Amino acid sequence: MSSFKEAFSSTLGKKLVMSLTGLFLCTFLIVHLIGNLQLFKNDEGFAFNQYAYFMTHFGPIKIVSYLLYASIIIHALYALILTLHNKKARPIPYDQKPGNKNAAWNSRNMGILGTVLLVFIATHMANFWWKFHNDQVPYIQYETNIETGQISAIEMPAEEFTDYKEFSQDGVEYVQARDLYKQVEFAFENPILVAFYVLAMVALSFHLIHGFKSAFQSLGFDNKKWIPLVKFLGIYVFGVIIPIGFAAMPLYFFFK
Amino acid sequence: MSETTMNLTLKIWRQKNQNEKGRFVTIEAKGISTDMSFLEMLDVVNEDLTRKGEDPIYFDHDCREGICGMCSLYINGQPHGPKHGTTTCQLHMRSFHDGQTIVIEPWRAAAFPVLKDLAVDRTAFDRIQQAGGYVSVNTGGVPDANCLPIPKVKADEAFESATCIGCGACVAACKNASAMLFVSAKISQYALLPQGQAERWSRAQAMVEQMDAEGFGACTVTKACEAECPVGIKLTNIARMNRDYFNAKFFKEETVHH
Ligand code: SF4
Ligand code: FES
Repeated sequence: MSSFKEAFSSTLGKKLVMSLTGLFLCTFLIVHLIGNLQLFKNDEGFAFNQYAYFMTHFGPIKIVSYLLYASIIIHALYALILTLHNKKARPIPYDQKPGNKNAAWNSRNMGILGTVLLVFIATHMANFWWKFHNDQVPYIQYETNIETGQISAIEMPAEEFTDYKEFSQDGVEYVQARDLYKQVEFAFENPILVAFYVLAMVALSFHLIHGFKSAFQSLGFDNKKWIPLVKFLGIYVFGVIIPIGFAAMPLYFFFK
Repeated sequence: MSETTMNLTLKIWRQKNQNEKGRFVTIEAKGISTDMSFLEMLDVVNEDLTRKGEDPIYFDHDCREGICGMCSLYINGQPHGPKHGTTTCQLHMRSFHDGQTIVIEPWRAAAFPVLKDLAVDRTAFDRIQQAGGYVSVNTGGVPDANCLPIPKVKADEAFESATCIGCGACVAACKNASAMLFVSAKISQYALLPQGQAERWSRAQAMVEQMDAEGFGACTVTKACEAECPVGIKLTNIARMNRDYFNAKFFKEETVHH
């Protein structure tokens, strides 16, 4: 046991914590992006709102989401602890700074990039997570005609809404849900918010291009056969596809 | 290349001793030959200072042929100057141009306190070595050729790790003043060889512990160390050290007995 404690209080162990929490957050991004692709469906949020209900009410996913919040906090906290430690390791700074001569900009500024992302996460959660959990989003009822398959959606007054419900009556399938989709539409009418989201995704890209492959280095994983794959994933999946996918969402709603 | 001379402006860190505060002093270096090494240029400046009755600039050096790791100047924002893969003693004045201002600083790290001017105390490295950078079990006499089963690639890799000259440029270059490249090279040179196996897991723990105790920073994988290391020690050594350390801590029986 004390060996564990020792390991985690060492500089290597603290980096291990950064690595594991970071990689866990990376896997979350994949799930989050794929799920949110439903925002691009032109169905007045039918699929997306059902998905939002599922993600917030399915037991195992709820557990994972608590792990996720914990990971964000631990990742940020350890980053702070390590930064302070590293600052202490060089109390007198150099007069001349090497700049990009021996290290890439993003590798030297993970703290700044991470801070942008932390502010982003807070804004993002206040906009959607908080509003969704505190009944500050509109309500909607979807009616599917079972025979024709025709779907219509109408906004529900707050007094009539009790909880998420699915039922059928007289050949019509009803789904009553919190309309997170509307909230998304509404939020992304704001050009400043859209710009901030796009900027945050640029930060995400730079953060992950360095962070993803470095997480493997901290784990001690540098197998010659698999490292090219790690590098590829770090740059193209986490540095390009995922940030572009996310940035496309606010832009899509803004220009829709 | 023909020899020419040039005039330089040096901005040098001067500090009387460990306790006193230092400051930059500007010194003109006139008639410097492009064929001189950086240290020879400082010798010329020092002779001049001595003639004038002033205190010569204190800097570390020994072999002056790139093998001892003593020379340690942080020149214009880079350890060992602008050229990669070389020590300060192997850096020549042709890498600079006439009229240039050269800023010379000591290695900056809490674990490397300045002794005087540009010389720092690097005994922290010695203590890390003493914590486990050796083989203490009896490995017998000199073995016959090809008696030890070791693949060539491993022998080569161990040899490459062993070329670390302990100069501390990795610490100086790292924005976190991390010593991981040095420590990992010293761990790797044994971890890869049969003779090093007996103490492999205790060694990794002991050396990492000492490294932390000396107050070096943590690695953020900027790769500045690798770029500035005069002998080209690779970052893969750090991954090996991490692997061995976690292996030792989480999966092996041995712990360090103090
Ligand atoms: S790893 Fe390279 S830079 Fe660091 S002490 Fe060894 S030789 Fe010098
Ligand atoms: S003086 Fe020995 S390496 Fe430079």
